[in-house]
Amino acid sequence: MTTIKELPREEYLLKGHAACAGCGPSIALRLLFKALGNKVFLVVPASCTTVIEGPYPFTSFAVPVQNTLFEAAGATASGIAAALKIRGLDDVTVVGWAGDGGTTNIGIQSLSGAAERETNFIYVCYDNEAYGNTGLQRSGATPYGAWTTTTPMGKKERKKDMPSIMAAHRIPYIATACPSYPVDFINKLRKAKEIKGTKYIHVLTPCPTGWRYDASKTVEIGRLAVQTGVWALYEIEQGKFRLNPPSDRLTDKSQRKPVEEYLSMQERFRHLPEDSIKKIQRWVDGDWEHYQTLASLERCI
Amino acid sequence: MGRVMIDTANHVAAYAAKAARVRVVAAYPITPQTTVVEKIAELVEKGEMDAEYICVESEHSAIAACIGAAAAGVRTFTASSAQGLALMHEALHWASGARLPIVMVVVNRAMGAPWSIWPDFSDSLSQRDTGWIQFYCADSQEVFDTVIQAYRLCEDERIFLPAMVCLEGFILSHKYVPVKIHDQDDVDAFLPPYRSGWILDTSNPVTCVNLVSPEWYMEFRYMIQEAMENAKMLIPKIDKEYGERFGFRYGGLVDKYLCEDAELVICTMGTMGAEAKIAANNLRKEGLKVGVARIRVFRPFPVEEIRKLAEKARMIATIDRHISFGMDGFLATEVKASLYDMKNKPSIAGFIAGLGGRDVTFKTIEKVARKCMKWLGNGRVERETEWVDLRDVKT
Ligand SMILES: Cc1ncc(C[n+]2csc(CCOP(=O)(O)OP(=O)(O)O)c2C)c(N)n1
Ligand code: SF4
Repeated sequence: MTTIKELPREEYLLKGHAACAGCGPSIALRLLFKALGNKVFLVVPASCTTVIEGPYPFTSFAVPVQNTLFEAAGATASGIAAALKIRGLDDVTVVGWAGDGGTTNIGIQSLSGAAERETNFIYVCYDNEAYGNTGLQRSGATPYGAWTTTTPMGKKERKKDMPSIMAAHRIPYIATACPSYPVDFINKLRKAKEIKGTKYIHVLTPCPTGWRYDASKTVEIGRLAVQTGVWALYEIEQGKFRLNPPSDRLTDKSQRKPVEEYLSMQERFRHLPEDSIKKIQRWVDGDWEHYQTLASLERCI
Repeated sequence: MGRVMIDTANHVAAYAAKAARVRVVAAYPITPQTTVVEKIAELVEKGEMDAEYICVESEHSAIAACIGAAAAGVRTFTASSAQGLALMHEALHWASGARLPIVMVVVNRAMGAPWSIWPDFSDSLSQRDTGWIQFYCADSQEVFDTVIQAYRLCEDERIFLPAMVCLEGFILSHKYVPVKIHDQDDVDAFLPPYRSGWILDTSNPVTCVNLVSPEWYMEFRYMIQEAMENAKMLIPKIDKEYGERFGFRYGGLVDKYLCEDAELVICTMGTMGAEAKIAANNLRKEGLKVGVARIRVFRPFPVEEIRKLAEKARMIATIDRHISFGMDGFLATEVKASLYDMKNKPSIAGFIAGLGGRDVTFKTIEKVARKCMKWLGNGRVERETEWVDLRDVKT
């Protein structure tokens, strides 16, 4: 286990990058580089990240980056992984770094293909629960009730459970994370690096621009997502499901804060009527019963 | 030395990829391309070809995987056809824009709807503006030789662009003919190890193809245009050197036949170019001065060569296995565009033939040529675009 103090001082996400103030994904990216160092080939499909890099001839990334098509992170990473094998470069980690749109929607085919082929790489979905790059439209990962520019009255459907879809691929390692819990995230990345095959990490990354809260509150909102149980921190290692701290004690309902605390801090949920909030609370409670069952199983899939 | 084998153009394409020492292949099956990738998969499985074969889940992923592998520093190959090629369309721009020297065999097949598995050039010609170099082959030997030439060209620092090597489905793809497969040592001597403009490298990190502002985008496009111009100069050189080493030459950009004194030049592509030569032989026996210009390279388009031919000929007949709806075949358009400012240019007649695999034999071409000769005698082209052997249809 790494502690905060042991993290490297080197920064591979350089100063002056183009993210919005308080951007959750850029915090997560900075942590990713801290966890994996600079021996990575980063694959980036169209997303906020393509903007965060900064325009030619500049870049804010101090690692090699292959930008690729919106739906192609999984496939491009497959090609890179194959080339690394040919070149015998086994000390380089291939990382797909894609948004929730590029993962749960348009890119799911190439990710699924890569996972099924057991491609050796880490795929990180940074989930800001919308298409940030194109101005905040709904994605498959947008939660029920959330305002986006294409769901002006709030999304009517639930969030797609992408980690479970990845679990159905029976890949060796799946984890959820949130940059508000940096050590947890870093440890998961480091663990993933040591495992051969396809590793999937889904990291909830609050987005002040899209979620409509003050830019100084990103870490706090992420914590609340976890503390209310809206976002659970867990791992599925070789099929075995395990809740991680601080989520592991939340199967006890009394430990979970009411979801309203999380929702009320974000303007994207402002219009939500009382009964919708109750419905979300019921769903969250149901999820936790499900987690409890999963934790008791030898294999979750 | 080499060895002569009797096989299909598709298998020959696979052997060419092997001879080129391709290291990563990513492809998705589609008729009539399938046997190219099946053969490669077999060669890789048997250990006869030292490569990674990535069984991708779509054509889009096939080309995206090639992009990744080429960027990570190895020679890549893919093959596709029709709807598969169309599904790649977006990524084709990406490959050329990133200046990655990927080579793809396109087994030409007509686009649906309605479904057709038989050939025309509508699939690859729709990709005309993607920044890929496009070769069109007339026989199986040319397929082998062009794949090797294409790698040599694409990996030249003056080019660094991807290329398509196109061959017509079934007419070539599944036809067994004798073909010479050159010795590995000879191919190695002709084709140096993989080179590209840049590779992913942790000791020299670059951000490849990131956002480019209006201040710079045009310059990137201009560099591709320059590379295309360079290709016009390099392709004939490479073809010549190849000919000296291996004995097979294809005329560089345009395969010209009996053009020196031709009154009528038949300008066409692919196997129709081979048929046109037979037609020209037959017509010459009747005293008709017919020559053939088979366009071997469609991108870059051999404007200068067409102009040279036009200085001598009285008429150019283009035969397109393609139609750009609302206009005419691309070959006709481009030949006309090449000549528009010439004084005393020859008349031009365009023919649309062989769509969806309809047979275009030397007999069809003779018929077309005779019609042109008649028009030439009358001093006027009766129809600027004519569909050859069209049935009566009500629209
Ligand atoms: C084929 C294609 N369709 C649409 C787009 C436009 N586009 C670029 S990024 C993007 C949204 C990205 O959303 P997400 O993956 O969630 O990442 P984020 O921007 O939130 O970081 C869209 C729709 C594109 N680049 N390519
Ligand atoms: S829109 Fe959101 S995710 Fe995108 S850069 Fe801004 S804060 Fe970050």
